[in-house]
Amino acid sequence: MTSRLGWAPYALLLPSLAFLAVFFATPMVQAFALAFQDTSGNWSLDSIQRMLRDASFSGALLTTLALVVLVIPVQFALAMSMALIINARLKGEGLWLYVYAIPLGISELAAGIVWVSIFTQTGWLNSILEGLGIIDSPITWQSAETPWLLIMLVVIAEAWRATSIIMIILVAGLQSIPREFFEAADVYGASTWQKVRRVVLPMLRPSLQVALILRTILAFQVFATVIALAGTGLDVLADEAQRWATDIDNDHVAAAYAGLILLLSIFGTALFLIALPTREEHQA
Amino acid sequence: MRTTDRAKTWRLPAVLAATALAVAACTPGGDSDPTNGAGATDGNGGGAGAGEVVMISSQLVPTAEQEAMNNAILADFDGSVNFIGAEPGPFNDQVRAQEEAGEGEISLIGGLDGEFSSFAADGLLMDLSDVAEELSDLGINENFLELGRLGTDQQLYIPWMQATYIMAARQEAMEYLPDGVDINDMTWEQLTEWGANIEAETGERRLGFPAGEDGLLHRFFQGYGIPAFTGGVNTTFASPEAVEMWNWMSDTWQYVNPQSTTYGFMQEPLQSGEVWVAWDHTARLIEALNNQPEDMVAFPVPSGPEGKAFMPVVAGLGIPTTAPNVEGAKDLIRYLLQPETQATTLSEVSFFPVISAELPGDLEPGIQAEQEAVAAQTEAEDALPALLPVGLGDQGGAYSQVHRDAFQRIVIGGEDPATVLEELTPQLQEVFDASGAPCWSPDPPSDGPCQVGG
Repeated sequence: MTSRLGWAPYALLLPSLAFLAVFFATPMVQAFALAFQDTSGNWSLDSIQRMLRDASFSGALLTTLALVVLVIPVQFALAMSMALIINARLKGEGLWLYVYAIPLGISELAAGIVWVSIFTQTGWLNSILEGLGIIDSPITWQSAETPWLLIMLVVIAEAWRATSIIMIILVAGLQSIPREFFEAADVYGASTWQKVRRVVLPMLRPSLQVALILRTILAFQVFATVIALAGTGLDVLADEAQRWATDIDNDHVAAAYAGLILLLSIFGTALFLIALPTREEHQA
Repeated sequence: MRTTDRAKTWRLPAVLAATALAVAACTPGGDSDPTNGAGATDGNGGGAGAGEVVMISSQLVPTAEQEAMNNAILADFDGSVNFIGAEPGPFNDQVRAQEEAGEGEISLIGGLDGEFSSFAADGLLMDLSDVAEELSDLGINENFLELGRLGTDQQLYIPWMQATYIMAARQEAMEYLPDGVDINDMTWEQLTEWGANIEAETGERRLGFPAGEDGLLHRFFQGYGIPAFTGGVNTTFASPEAVEMWNWMSDTWQYVNPQSTTYGFMQEPLQSGEVWVAWDHTARLIEALNNQPEDMVAFPVPSGPEGKAFMPVVAGLGIPTTAPNVEGAKDLIRYLLQPETQATTLSEVSFFPVISAELPGDLEPGIQAEQEAVAAQTEAEDALPALLPVGLGDQGGAYSQVHRDAFQRIVIGGEDPATVLEELTPQLQEVFDASGAPCWSPDPPSDGPCQVGG
């Protein structure tokens, strides 16, 4: 088989390898190099130290980690329910899929602005609550004085915006589980819960792994939703990288932040690869 | 087996997508979309300087202002212009990159006095004395022309437009104005009282400052708060009077709408009624004053113990020595200074004219209100002009960051102002040492880099 194909598969791989080398590997190496230089270009830990000393550093790191920890379980619970609803082959299955996928077509910043129009003092949420007589005067949702509330708003907006991508991966995974497995489970009298636990989740493991990795990487990069909803009230790592690069004009500290985001993403990816090994990786 | 095969095929695209996103997110400033101005011209160009003029500007960067520039201000120019609005970092990088390469596309630079002074220090700018001479009939403000010479005998930039920061309030707020206070002649302490009255009577915090990501709050400290309380800006950065100012700000913050940390442009919360009294740039208040002229008033900033400090903003036009289209750029300068264009600039983006020649047409009510407030502010007896940072070059962002950090730590974080200012002093000094910038008014002039003081 291999001999008949010869070099053809490798030649076909070349363009994507070249793409990755030029647009991913090179900037990544350059970014790390920038992070380990001071502003005059000498090798030094100065930029890393400046990042660590940055007044916003600890806040940004904690907020980013808090968002990862809060957003991902919420999104997985939602995405799993949505995927099971679609997979239940109810009437209008196709319609549900499209409705659930709508947020995929909306940019992160646009989604943030939509949620601002809901949560701002004169926004939709306060208007509805006032209209229903639940509150007398508007509640300030987006205040730097209540950072935990700001984090919750970002969690809500992020859950709305980015759950559909996970759902689509899970739907694809669910639909490829052979019917025979469920029939066999039925023969042995398995309950719905047993079927989810013993058939669906194990068979979905590869899809779950991909979705978790993708979602974790995206969560470490969360940016526009935070800027739109929280302004300067919350700091996240990607926002700090942006600020050092464009506002403060210090690419070295910005690169240190970008490198930290990359390291955290790699760490998260490795964690899921180890914690959720697929059958193939088990065998290996 | 099918699952594992599928998992493999799934994994590759997913990982590729993820890495592509990672790259996208790590690329700073991806939104500086160079708006092509070609659509703004009628296509039958061919004035003296035929060919496209690429203009880069640190002013008129917000999307709405870029659109106004392309669709209205440049509409009658007899030639084609590619107008690029850029944030300070990329702006500085692009101008310097062209200089280093010795050639490039930029023919005209629109920027602030401070930005030009650092370009001029490195010999990046062409002498425009001939253009200034030619335009003398327009009555360009002599003080601004003097600024444009940057202490040399060459005209290194031509003044283009000016702006400043003022106050605006909704009519509802007026009934809570403390007794005997005149909004045209009040103090910052009285503003706090005003906010306290509103809060006591309505239960709402209705003062507002642009403390959001895009907001210009750092300019408040640099041109208003610190000079009004201390009479200086950098030499008095950590003085007991500066501590007073920060205490005043923290005290006032309890009457400031807590959502202020999300506000970029105060015209929006003023129009929605979330904020009743606000400080901001004239260009960032104008929509509120134009859209609801009956409900809004514009007024000069309050005074502090040392006077009515305010920051006049002068933007200018300069031609880099490496410009590919010098004639086109000069045409564009002539065009931008014509009374008609200055009038369009005023009504579209509310930057005020720098020429004394009479402007055609009537002013919109909001512009009229702003102009009166600006005049009252400039002509006040205790007026204390505090210049925009001069000569900081690529340290401009780091300079403003010090003030934003001070705000975050003292006002939002509740830390002790004296300690925070003391800790930030070396950081601010580093900005001056790195850029070599001397002190600027209202600080006394310095030989060599400005020394941050307390």
